[in-house]
Amino acid sequence: MKRLFIIAMMTGLMATPMLGGETYPDVPKASGNPHPEGSTYWRINHPDLLKHGRDMTVHEGARNTTASLSDCITCHAVNGPDAKPVTIVSDQHFCRTCHEYAAVKIDCFQCHASVPEEQGQAHLMFKEPTTDGLDVLLSYLQRVSP
Amino acid sequence: MKIPGCGQTQKGADMHRRNFLKTGAALATISLAPGVTLMAMGQGVGAAANPNARWGLLIDAGKCPVDCSACVTACSQEHGWENTGLDTDPQWIRKVTVKDPDTGYTNSLPVMCQHCEDPPCVDVCPTGASFKRADGIVLVDRHTCIGCRYCMMACPYKARSFVHEPVTGQKTTSPRGVGTVEGCNLCVHKIDRGDATTACVEACTATGNNAMIFGDLNDPDSDISKALAAYPSIELRGDLGLNLGVRYQNI
Repeated sequence: MKRLFIIAMMTGLMATPMLGGETYPDVPKASGNPHPEGSTYWRINHPDLLKHGRDMTVHEGARNTTASLSDCITCHAVNGPDAKPVTIVSDQHFCRTCHEYAAVKIDCFQCHASVPEEQGQAHLMFKEPTTDGLDVLLSYLQRVSP
Repeated sequence: MKIPGCGQTQKGADMHRRNFLKTGAALATISLAPGVTLMAMGQGVGAAANPNARWGLLIDAGKCPVDCSACVTACSQEHGWENTGLDTDPQWIRKVTVKDPDTGYTNSLPVMCQHCEDPPCVDVCPTGASFKRADGIVLVDRHTCIGCRYCMMACPYKARSFVHEPVTGQKTTSPRGVGTVEGCNLCVHKIDRGDATTACVEACTATGNNAMIFGDLNDPDSDISKALAAYPSIELRGDLGLNLGVRYQNI
């Protein structure tokens, strides 16, 4: 009963933004688990976090930084019609969805790969959803809550 | 779809970035509900460039056949660059054939960034993009490289090259792109991973020629230090006094 209540509550939450009629981009869903700090935190701070992480990686050799572009790319990969992750050339690409909406030009992918290195890595981060979809709803709730 | 809270000040945003990164390990796993666990992407931050190490190569030109280019092919595959036969080709590693004009004795050897202790490319770089890591690896930080190519002119070994055309399909571990300078990075991603070898050395060993040894020059027990202590070796253009990380035998 309690579980049903949670689901009903969250379904309501999901429906609420639709009523606003605003034109925010339809951001593709990631395959991994949600950010513990919340998606809002990452939406606001990802440029600084990535810049900090990149300097630590390039200059100090720290490869396991919290903000790593290759981790972003792996978890947020969007599969195209051929079931392979789309590159930055496609407007379905995770980074492009928001950056085109915000009209912020990024040149990360002049040098960096815009697709995961191997399909296998994406599978490592992918979590099978349970049949009742509770995980999906919980992860959604986690992302929308500040 | 609405992005809730975007553009507004949030509690999370107030968290100081450095503190956040420091506590990355602590945040790594959070239990949301029984059976539901959240995992952060990173597992804490640790620097891999060991300041006590100095990575280097020892190349035995006597064991390097003129017609073998396994190291060049391996580098090309590892880092995703291609030779086209033009003067503007990448110069991560190339085979050089040398001939004694008096005797006609011909010898072949791979030449790549020599990872100098006092790198001229670092001296001349106006932006600090050309730098030496704590473990002696000389790299280009493409984020700050403006493509002026001073380092290419300063390098006595022609070990740097400029990317003239837009690149696609790069390797995740080897970003490279138009408008920046590149060169051998001693497979820094493999070193940080703890592989303790490079693509060229792996390929050379696989051919059975065993002309290349990779290792820590500061560790007296490493294979490379023992080989250097046991047999004579030279630096290319040793007269420049750059103290190279790459040394040669039997040239």
